[in-house]
Amino acid sequence: MGETLIRAVDGISLEVRTGEFVALLGSSGSGKSSVLNLIAGLDRPTSGSVVVQGRDLAKLSREELAKYRLHIVGMVFQSFNLIASMTLAENVELPLRFAEVDRSERPGRAQEALERVGLRARMNHRPSELSGGEQQRAALARALINRPQLLLADEPTGNLDSHTGTEIMDLVREFNQQLGMTVVMVTHERALAERYAQRMIFLADGKLIDDRPNAGAAPATQGGRP
Amino acid sequence: MKIPDLTELALRNLRESLLRNSLTTVGISVGVASLVAMLSLGTGLQQLFSQRLAKSGLFDTVFVSSRRDLRGMGREEERKGPTPGESRVLDEPARQEIERLPNVLEAYPDIRFVTELRYEDKPHLTMISALPVSAKSTDAFDGMQGGFFSSDAAPEVILQKSFAEELLGKTPPLGAPDPNVADLAKPLVGKELTMRYAQRQVAPAPQPPVRASASADDSIAGAAYSVVPREQKLRIVGISDLDPESMRGPMRAKVFLPLKLAESLHVMQPTDLREISRAATDQPVYSSISVRVKNPAQVQLVEEAIKKMGFNTFSILDASNSLRQVFRVLYAFLGIFGSLALAVASIGIVNTLVMAILERRREIGIMKAIGASDGDVKKLFFAEAGAMGILGGIVGVVLGWAIGQIINFGTNIWLKSQSLPPEHFWAVPLWLVVFSILFAFVVSLVSGLYPASRAARLDPVQALRYE
Repeated sequence: MGETLIRAVDGISLEVRTGEFVALLGSSGSGKSSVLNLIAGLDRPTSGSVVVQGRDLAKLSREELAKYRLHIVGMVFQSFNLIASMTLAENVELPLRFAEVDRSERPGRAQEALERVGLRARMNHRPSELSGGEQQRAALARALINRPQLLLADEPTGNLDSHTGTEIMDLVREFNQQLGMTVVMVTHERALAERYAQRMIFLADGKLIDDRPNAGAAPATQGGRP
Repeated sequence: MKIPDLTELALRNLRESLLRNSLTTVGISVGVASLVAMLSLGTGLQQLFSQRLAKSGLFDTVFVSSRRDLRGMGREEERKGPTPGESRVLDEPARQEIERLPNVLEAYPDIRFVTELRYEDKPHLTMISALPVSAKSTDAFDGMQGGFFSSDAAPEVILQKSFAEELLGKTPPLGAPDPNVADLAKPLVGKELTMRYAQRQVAPAPQPPVRASASADDSIAGAAYSVVPREQKLRIVGISDLDPESMRGPMRAKVFLPLKLAESLHVMQPTDLREISRAATDQPVYSSISVRVKNPAQVQLVEEAIKKMGFNTFSILDASNSLRQVFRVLYAFLGIFGSLALAVASIGIVNTLVMAILERRREIGIMKAIGASDGDVKKLFFAEAGAMGILGGIVGVVLGWAIGQIINFGTNIWLKSQSLPPEHFWAVPLWLVVFSILFAFVVSLVSGLYPASRAARLDPVQALRYE
C-alpha cells in the first residue's frame, strides 16, 4: 500500500444480522475488500470497532484473532488460494490441523465436506489438475470444514465463467439457507448480487453510499443477534 | 498444531524444494561429521591412554604403604614426611583398623615374593603375588581363560599369559600381536606346578617371659626366626589376559595365588629383614595393603582417612586425574574446531529458510487467512529447521564414523608397515552419537529463530495480495 496513509474504509457503520446474505458492491478501490478483511480479522481498524458475536475484533490479540478466523470465519477468494502442493483432501483438512482436531476424525470430515460440494471423486487430485470451478468448490469445502457461522467471500466468481459462477453461487446460497451461515460477499457484479443477496450495500471511496434490501432473493430463514 | 502434524507438514515442505533443502542438510552433515570425527579422535586417544590404567580394574583400590618405606627415597619426601614418631608399622592391627573405615569393602595385604616355580622339571624364576577371592569380580580378570580359585586356601594358581608362554617355551618376538589366551590355556589348565620357597619359621617359643627378670637375651631370642626351604604343589586353574607391564600393585606379578594360602605359607618377605627388630612374633608386617573401596567415587575420602592414620596411599585415581585434565583441554580444542563447520552450516539453514519465506509468502498468507496463528507458522518453520538438523545430524554421525574408520584403517596399515601393533584410537561412543544429533538439532533450531519469527510476523493481507 505504500507509506502514505489511505483511508480505505471511512466512517462506515454497518450491521449484519445472523443468517443474512449480504453483498458488498462497489467499483475497485471502493474499500469493499478492506471491509471484508476487517470482518475477517485479517486487518485491524485504525479507529472504530468491528463487533462480531459480541466481541470487538479490534481488541483481540493476534492469537485470539487467529482462533476467531479458524472457528468463526470461513473464507473464499477470487483466486481460490488452495495450496498447490497439497491434494484437495489435504487442503480441506488443513484448518482441522490448526484446530488440533483428532487425527482419526479428520479424513471423515474432509470427505464429508468434499461430498457436500460434489468433489469426493477428486479428493486425491492436486488443485492444478482441476478446473477453476472445481477449485473454488474445494475452497468452499475448506471454508466449511470447521463449521463456521460466518462465510466471507471475496469476488468468489471473479475468475470463473458465468455458468460455473452460478454453480458456485448456488452452493453459497445453499450454505446460507441450509446451514444458517451468515454470508458477506464482495462483488462488483450487480446482477449476481441482485440474484442471490438479501441485502445490497454500495460503497464508493471507502464510504457507504447505499444500503437496501433486495426483494428478488430468497428470504432469510432466521433472524437474530447483530 | 500438534507435533505429528508439524512434522508431517515440515517434511512435505522440505520435499517441495528437495535440491535446496538436501544441499543445506548435506552442509549440516559435513559439520556434524567434522565434529564427530574430532571428538571421536579425542575419545579414542583418551581410551587408548587410560586403557592401561583402566584395564587393571583398580579404580576402586587404594594402595597403602608404610611411610618408613619411603624414607630416603627423596629429600623432598623426607622434609614433608611425618616425624618418625608419627609413622606406623603396617601390621595386622593396622590392617583391621583400615578395614573398619567407612566405605571400605576389604583390606588385604599384598603378599609378593620372587621364587622358583618348576614346570616339567624346568625352573622358572618369577614374581608371585596373592589375590583375594573378591578380585574375581574386578574387570581385571574379564578376559581370563579357565576358572578362578575354587577357595581362598586352595593350592591353585592363575598364570599371567606371558608367563604361560614362557612355560610353553614360546617367546614371541617383540611387537608381535598379543597371543590368544585360549590357545595358551588349553595345554596348561589342570597341570601341576611345584613352587619352591623360603618359609619364615618362628623360633621355638622362648621361656615364659618373667618381666622382672627379662634379660636382653630373651628379647633377641623372641625376635629370632629361621628360614626353611619348602615345596608346594600347585594346580593351574586359569590363564589371565592381564598385561603385566601396565599393572601396579599385586597385578604386577605373573603368577597369582589365593590369599589365604599365601598367608599360611609364611613366605619370607623382603620386609622381614627390615622389620626384624619389631616383628618379634609371628604377627606379620606387611609391605603394603590393598584397600578396596565400595565405590570409585569414595576413593579420595578413604585415601584421606588412611593418610591421617599415618600411612602413604596411592590410587589409580591420582594418576588418571592429571591425564583427565590434559584430555579436557584437548577435547575443548577438538570440539571448537569440529563446531566451526557446523556454524557455517547453520548460516546455510538461515539462508534456506529465508528463501523459503519469500517463495511461500502466499502459502503463509493462506494458512493465516484460514486460521493458522503466528505460533503455528513459527512452529512450522522451526519444525523444518529441526528436521533438517536431525536428518543432517544422523547422516553426519554416519559420515563421521566412516571417516574415522577409514583414517583408523589407513593408520593401522602404516603402523603395520612400521612393524608396530595396531591401535584403535578412534571411538564413537553412544553419548557422542546422541550428543551430536542433539547438538545439530539445537543449532538448527537456533538458526530457525530469525526466519521463523519473520514468517510469523508476515501480514496475511499483504501476503495474499502478493502474486
